[in-house]
Amino acid sequence: MTMELWQSLPLFCIILPLFSAALVFMLRGKAAKGFCLAVLGAETVFSVLFLVRIREFGQSYTFPMGHFPAPFGNEIRGGLLEGIVLFFFMLILLLSLVGGIRRLEEHMQHEKLPMYYAMVLLMTASLAAQIFTNDLFTSYVFVEIMTLAAAGMIAAHGAGRALLASARYMIMNMVASSLFLLGIVLLYDLTGHLLMTPIRETLGAVAAAGKYGLPLTVTVGLITVGLSIKSALFPFHSWVPDAYGAASPASASILSGLVSHAYIFLLIKIIYRVFGTEFFAGTGIINVLFGFGLTAMITGSVSAIRQRDLKRMIAFSSVAQIGYIFMGIGLGSELGMLAATFHLLSHAACKSMLFITTDALARVSGPSTRLRDIRGSGYRAKLTAAAFTIGSLTMVGFPFLGGFPSKVNFVRAVIDIDAAHRVPVLVFLVLSTWLNTLYFLRTMISIYSGEKPDTPPEPVHNGAAYALSLLGFIALNAGLGLFSQRIINGLLRGLSMFS
Amino acid sequence: MDLTNYFEIAAMILFGIGLTLLLLNRNMIKKIIGFSMTDSAIFLYLAAKGYISGRKAPIVTDGITAAEAYVNPIPSGLVLTGIVVSVAGSAVLLALTVRLYRMYHTLDLDEITDKARKGGR
Repeated sequence: MTMELWQSLPLFCIILPLFSAALVFMLRGKAAKGFCLAVLGAETVFSVLFLVRIREFGQSYTFPMGHFPAPFGNEIRGGLLEGIVLFFFMLILLLSLVGGIRRLEEHMQHEKLPMYYAMVLLMTASLAAQIFTNDLFTSYVFVEIMTLAAAGMIAAHGAGRALLASARYMIMNMVASSLFLLGIVLLYDLTGHLLMTPIRETLGAVAAAGKYGLPLTVTVGLITVGLSIKSALFPFHSWVPDAYGAASPASASILSGLVSHAYIFLLIKIIYRVFGTEFFAGTGIINVLFGFGLTAMITGSVSAIRQRDLKRMIAFSSVAQIGYIFMGIGLGSELGMLAATFHLLSHAACKSMLFITTDALARVSGPSTRLRDIRGSGYRAKLTAAAFTIGSLTMVGFPFLGGFPSKVNFVRAVIDIDAAHRVPVLVFLVLSTWLNTLYFLRTMISIYSGEKPDTPPEPVHNGAAYALSLLGFIALNAGLGLFSQRIINGLLRGLSMFS
Repeated sequence: MDLTNYFEIAAMILFGIGLTLLLLNRNMIKKIIGFSMTDSAIFLYLAAKGYISGRKAPIVTDGITAAEAYVNPIPSGLVLTGIVVSVAGSAVLLALTVRLYRMYHTLDLDEITDKARKGGR
């Protein structure tokens, strides 16, 4: 089969930021910033081009690197789902960086900024690689690159708290990496392959012959748990509030929006392309994920209610939302997976926006992110408060925004399961949504309460880039809500290309 | 039952020790040692699985081209890649430890947490 030029776009998406990350070290000041933004812009354009062409193409394809045929060599695989996810991730990354760049320049020493841009670019490369690779070991290597880049981003703030959060983040992620790597090595040992397609064929034959039952379950467990720790599923979420709370807003936004969701996407991909959904459902690990997901939905929200700090509250809300996604995966149905993938996008778009806004709300309140201190900040920072309100409404599931179709999808997926489990799961869903509403509504009211200041407060300038990023985020969230049906159709077609 | 998989057993025991150190020890340096141990254990496992006794590394020097004379080079390749990744991880953690030690004058993670909370930094 001859390859057309556009089919190399995924490769460009991986290689361009990888080499740019090495180059950006040599630049200084404005040049580094411009270069980084230009590369991210180019990457976004690539993702749009890829999305358009893969829609026309109508099916997935594999791209053998160096033209070594299937069981050997390394492969890249492109499909509609990959295209959609990359497009949204790139938009969110670009908006987060643009929105947080000014605060970043204040937090960091000027000569060290190019290093931050290098980490952003490394993260971009590993995002693209995890989305497109068809090779398990390649995915491991890029998972590690992403972890290191993320740890650097947390530490970039420079304060002791940020360094400590970064160290804690690294430790938990190193545990996860070791488990993930061991899982891959065992899988390689059992099947003799590292490419996803041949592993799945061999695994099907091995499972059909009824051999290696326990080792395979252990392997599935190791890979799943490894990626769950990295994406902050409920019992493994201890690093989340510190990491998101201590980091600079751009880092917190990128971490909460992209890093955790990229690992979930990789897990979904491994479930479909390596284990196969049926085999995965047969191992029983899926029930563990489902249970953890349900528990996270409640405990995350309860912890969020108990917080006195805005950033920590939103961080715990993340834990609850990640719970939703894992609950969707744990349902084991196509509708459940669809709900999970859509929520992955809508939650990423919304959480990133909330983390960008928290910092500006804090600046006009002290600076402090304590819930008590941000009372009335809506009058002091109008655009920020508007964006925060829209983000909160999205989380709550207000119509016309990304959160609403998400909730509808989850309810549809839950109604689809057998009658005995339907009611308790729906109760969990409603309870979690209610708790969600409780703390976001409380915060919204608090922002707009308190007496209106008599004298107009001293204006705080966050810059045009920040305003632009907020408007972009609002448009993105509204777009996810308004065009949800088209996106869902795309995701459905993408999921069917996946298996 | 003939037990010949000593290497694999040793690797799993080492992995367990390393993981326990990494998770439960409070000292940062010991945590990093634990991390190195887990990864080394995985590399030992891979290297042991990838070697078939009596066969050679796949470099043709004496004209023998039969595949049966050589071992598969991929496991060793994976070990090399893994070592690079592991070293990078240790290096970043060590760098963070140095920064934390300069700031808080201790390697004990719990103590650092206490000081960070009290100092409010």
